[in-house]
Amino acid sequence: MAPIRKSPRNGLVKMYLSNIAVDPDRTARLIEIAKTSLWPLLEGAISYTIPLTIISFIFGLLLAILTALARITHVKILQVIARIYVSAIRGTPLLVQLFIIFYGLPNVGVTLDPFISAVIGFSLNVGAYASETIRAAILSISKGQWEAGYSIGMSYSQVLQRIILPQAARVSLPPLSNTFISLVKDTSLASVVLITEMFRRAQEITSRNYEFLLVYTEAALIYWVICSFLSVLQQYMEKRLDRYDV
Amino acid sequence: MISIKGLYKQFDQLEVLKGIDLEVEKGKVVVVIGPSGSGKTTLLRCVNVLETPTKGVLTIAGQTLDFSKNVSKKSIASFRRLTGMVFQNYNLFPHKTALENVMEGPIIVKGEDKAKARKKAQELLEKVGLGDKIDDYPSRLSGGQKQRVGIARAMAMEPEVMLFDEPTSALDPELVGEVLKVMKDLAREGMTMMVVTHEMRFARDAADEVMFMDGGVVVERNKPNEIFSNPKEERTKRFLNMIM
Repeated sequence: MAPIRKSPRNGLVKMYLSNIAVDPDRTARLIEIAKTSLWPLLEGAISYTIPLTIISFIFGLLLAILTALARITHVKILQVIARIYVSAIRGTPLLVQLFIIFYGLPNVGVTLDPFISAVIGFSLNVGAYASETIRAAILSISKGQWEAGYSIGMSYSQVLQRIILPQAARVSLPPLSNTFISLVKDTSLASVVLITEMFRRAQEITSRNYEFLLVYTEAALIYWVICSFLSVLQQYMEKRLDRYDV
Repeated sequence: MISIKGLYKQFDQLEVLKGIDLEVEKGKVVVVIGPSGSGKTTLLRCVNVLETPTKGVLTIAGQTLDFSKNVSKKSIASFRRLTGMVFQNYNLFPHKTALENVMEGPIIVKGEDKAKARKKAQELLEKVGLGDKIDDYPSRLSGGQKQRVGIARAMAMEPEVMLFDEPTSALDPELVGEVLKVMKDLAREGMTMMVVTHEMRFARDAADEVMFMDGGVVVERNKPNEIFSNPKEERTKRFLNMIM
């Protein structure tokens, strides 16, 4: 058997474990905390993290399609508006955007519910980033597809909906899945606008028992499970959309 | 059936069509030949307004577009429905089966009932010899099969005129015949056709008239026998010598 290399990290883990081992009471306490905090964390995920992700992604995607179309039209003013929007969102931190919406807007008389603030912030964010993905995907579909649609009498919006977007969807699925998975994790920032999503739940639990390593790791594992599930879903969807592309 | 008067097309600085006049009677087949860059494809694309002519008057089956005035999108769309277009690169919808490709126009544009559109699409695909391929995606089909689906897709809209833009140029030689056969069948059934092609045999066999274009103008038009055996213009002679 190969000798086990002793690294400092290895040492730390050992210390933590031996700490538990020498103290059976502490072991029992940790197990108890892990058990009792699981449900509040999951509840945070189910009632906030997941709905926030899904709602923001849907609005964000609609915004992204509109922005992408605005970028590729020949109407100058729409192009300019879309460009400024994308540039502003990509050029500023999400955390700052959330602070402006939730803490800043009340100064001009606009007070929003925390959840709505977060949905607006995340949707604007997804809209800006995904619009670039969708724009590239639409432009990757050959001009001949537009012409074929027009040649059988379709209108611009019919060609777009029936011919171009379905093909662009396949092209943009992998990058959009990345955006979606990032969004799941980014929702932890909603904790700063008072939403008791999963990460804020974890903070609340640790403020009572000081078991940071345990509870934050537990939260991390739940994020990981959610994102792994989404990766599987992505593969399934790619396969389905691939049916015509031998 | 088709009437083209004083048609010009300019791309930026480049004038591609320099005043085309043409009449095609109902049921006639006109084959357009000419060297590359002569404007023959642009002419065809102007007839269904995939390119907007700079000026000129187009009439098909009684509907007229005058490009010296402003032409609305709506009138272009309804004008386009008079024509069916077959592309050099097929341009089939890759995310739809052969049958769905053919059904798309009737259902979405004409608002036809699905069952009826399906039946008609099936008949059209059988007619072009693809009755056993209706549920295949284009990626499964050979070039010749794809092009026949393309013809069926255009025919499903029941156009007054069929336009073919080098329909066999992208095909392997052994697949050209099956596409030309479908085109000849259409011609025999009395379809009015405008065909841009390098297939001189098709021109000889199926055309009522052959039109030679060069430098954005029509140099010579005549019956196929006449133009091939007895070309009158020097440029026509030179071109025919090069390709035959």
